[in-house]
Amino acid sequence: MDLFHTIIAILESTIRVSVPLIFAALAGLFTERAGVFDIGLEGKMLGAAFAAGAVAAVTGNVMLGLLAAVLISVLLSLVHGYASITQRGSQIVSGVAINFIVAGSTVILGEAWFRQGGRTPALSGDARFQTVTLPFADAVRDVPFLGPIYSELLSGHFILTYVAFALVPFSWWILYRTRFGLRLRAVGENPSAVDTAGISVIWLRYRAVICCGILCGFAGAYLSLAMSAGFVKGMTAGKGYIALAALIFAKWRPVNIMLACLLFGFLDAFAIRLQGNPLPLIGQVPVQLMQALPYILTVILLAGFIGKAIPPKAGGVPYVKER
Amino acid sequence: MSDIAIELRGIDKSFGLVHANKNINLTVRKGTIHGIIGENGAGKSTLMSILYGFYQADRGDIVIDGNTVTIKDPNAAIASGIGMVHQHFMLVENFTVLENVMLGAEESQILNTSISKARVELKRLEKEYALEVNPDALIEQLPVGLQQRVEILKALYRKADILILDEPTGVLTPPEADHLFRILGQLKDQGKTIIFITHKLREIMAITDEVSVMRRGEMVATRKTKETSVEELAELMVGRRVLLRVEKGAANPGEVKLSVENLTVRDGRGVTMVDNVSFNLRAGEIVGIAGVAGNGQSELLEAISGIRRAVGGKVLLNGKPIDVTGHVDPRELRDRGLGHVPEDRHHVGLVLKFEEAENGILGYHHEKRFLNGVFLNTKAIQADAEEKIKKYDIRPPNPRLKTANFSGGNQQKIVLAREMERGPDVLIIGQPTRGVDVGAIEFIHKRIIEMRDQGMAVLLVSVELDEIRALSDRIIVMFAGRVVGERDPDATEGELGLLMAGVEGRKEAAE
Repeated sequence: MDLFHTIIAILESTIRVSVPLIFAALAGLFTERAGVFDIGLEGKMLGAAFAAGAVAAVTGNVMLGLLAAVLISVLLSLVHGYASITQRGSQIVSGVAINFIVAGSTVILGEAWFRQGGRTPALSGDARFQTVTLPFADAVRDVPFLGPIYSELLSGHFILTYVAFALVPFSWWILYRTRFGLRLRAVGENPSAVDTAGISVIWLRYRAVICCGILCGFAGAYLSLAMSAGFVKGMTAGKGYIALAALIFAKWRPVNIMLACLLFGFLDAFAIRLQGNPLPLIGQVPVQLMQALPYILTVILLAGFIGKAIPPKAGGVPYVKER
Repeated sequence: MSDIAIELRGIDKSFGLVHANKNINLTVRKGTIHGIIGENGAGKSTLMSILYGFYQADRGDIVIDGNTVTIKDPNAAIASGIGMVHQHFMLVENFTVLENVMLGAEESQILNTSISKARVELKRLEKEYALEVNPDALIEQLPVGLQQRVEILKALYRKADILILDEPTGVLTPPEADHLFRILGQLKDQGKTIIFITHKLREIMAITDEVSVMRRGEMVATRKTKETSVEELAELMVGRRVLLRVEKGAANPGEVKLSVENLTVRDGRGVTMVDNVSFNLRAGEIVGIAGVAGNGQSELLEAISGIRRAVGGKVLLNGKPIDVTGHVDPRELRDRGLGHVPEDRHHVGLVLKFEEAENGILGYHHEKRFLNGVFLNTKAIQADAEEKIKKYDIRPPNPRLKTANFSGGNQQKIVLAREMERGPDVLIIGQPTRGVDVGAIEFIHKRIIEMRDQGMAVLLVSVELDEIRALSDRIIVMFAGRVVGERDPDATEGELGLLMAGVEGRKEAAE
């Protein structure tokens, strides 16, 4: 029974740490499927987390915090879009630049505005997301097996958590069942085909980049308004890159993305749980190894050991009309 | 209703310094197939891109069905009833036929309803024009001919009355091309107007009603196809009389320059591609290797030129052995007098992103004449490039221009100039005129004959049987990696064709 509760606890924290990964990886899905690679997920998330923390601290309103997060993230996306779509610059350079600028400016602005060493003031009450208890969660708590799964594993998360998981089928529906999705996938594979069909490649890619911005905003807001009570400098701690790895690992498909994020989240949760405790049969496992596993798995995948990850064909290439 | 589908009046377009279209006038009659012919770079594609709204003309009017229209983007072109089948297909390869056909013309925001409507419409079009294709097949799994059919369906789905086809046969096999011609004939019978762009004279004569000729950005003539001839069109295209036949005197073979004995080559999968091949090549003669593509000619060239390792056999260059089964340094071969014009000029012969002058010395850049100590002698390289540009009539005559911006024929001239001007004893040439214009073909053939007359030994591989017959002094036929026969150049096409198909060869080998 104790093992059961340990497993429930690990899975519960798996869900908790997977949520920002899911938001960010879905964000990446939208732009990369449209042919705009985005290594700047990390920076957008961090910028959004800061904006959310700052605005929520000042206004005391969590929804205004979320709105600010989305706005900042979309703004950063548009910068990336302007550089890589309109100006046809290098998408990698633009993304890296955004990461650096945000990492620096959030600390400077945070210190200038709040003087707490780059943090935003701790949030409480209405300035922060509260957990949601699902109906009957208390009533079924004592039902053996299924009870704890429902009331502890599924119930008691933030509203954003449920939003993240709901976004997985929704993103699939958008991409595969709507006109916008069809065109978005087409522009990532062969923009010339889209252009000659009379659709604006540029506008389409901008819309994809904006979708990415909105979702990165949610990811950032989750970090500073739900998972923590306020912004801490560098609080994304590489989650943007893990999300990118999950996106590749999932071969740019929505449901795979959720599974990949849960896997990477599980590794993370497991590593935290494991700290200091030896693993049965294996013995002491360095935490660093667990933390490196998502990247190692992705490299193994890219090397072609687990099927084949084929990126969108026109990914990373600015569209230029050929003569 | 007039019987004129489309009229262009005074269309003018420049890209920077390049004047691509100069005051073009064109009238296309309804329900006809109108050919537009011209060499690569004559401005055909630019003109059609203007018509399809990809570019805007600097000046001039487009009149469709008697109304002057502005075509500011492909959408406007589609709305005016113009459809285009591009040279490089505009298809999303991992989409289905149906998705590709409806992309950009979806009925509603939600796909399900669009898909079912598109499916019905596609069925109707398939029936009406006999254009069968499985709507649920993925494009990447379809052969090229069917992919092109999807492009045609795309245009018809958008209710195009005027269909532009840009070099449609370049990617097709001859039977696929014949099929396309039948489809175009059918479309014409149904009242569609077709504009057919090509640089192949034979196609123009085969299917068009009228033909307009472009040369260096100008529309130089329009003829009824019945009232013109291949010779006249070739002359109009190039601007001077073109010799479609090669004139050459008898060969004076000298000593053996290249001797190949029992050469055997396998490919990466271990399949024997060249099987025990032997022949001699003498100074002052051209030996042509005929064969259907993929019968070992490419591997033979690669083994002799040191790019691919052979598994057995001997090759002697100027009487001295080349270590074909061991390590061969192509640079050493060049120093020993072997010039090589590779079959694939884009990937092997040239670095397309380099300037013309840089490509002009590739492989010879280590020679003293191009160096200043350890540095490149840019002046010498420039002077060398200018000399070759003059001698080989490479256009545009700009050694600083990126090689990618030259036409196929001029790129080939860059490679030929590099390899020929060094004066090798043995010159190996693969596909000398693949993707090259009529005018340039004539020039290249002349140069090859000249080289022979100067005493060079030339080994020629080409999939164009006409070319092999016109240039060679002896013809070796390869089939399935083996030499199945040797013939004089006056052997008939039928005789060589049977050898190439492996029919005669088996008999001969059995004897």
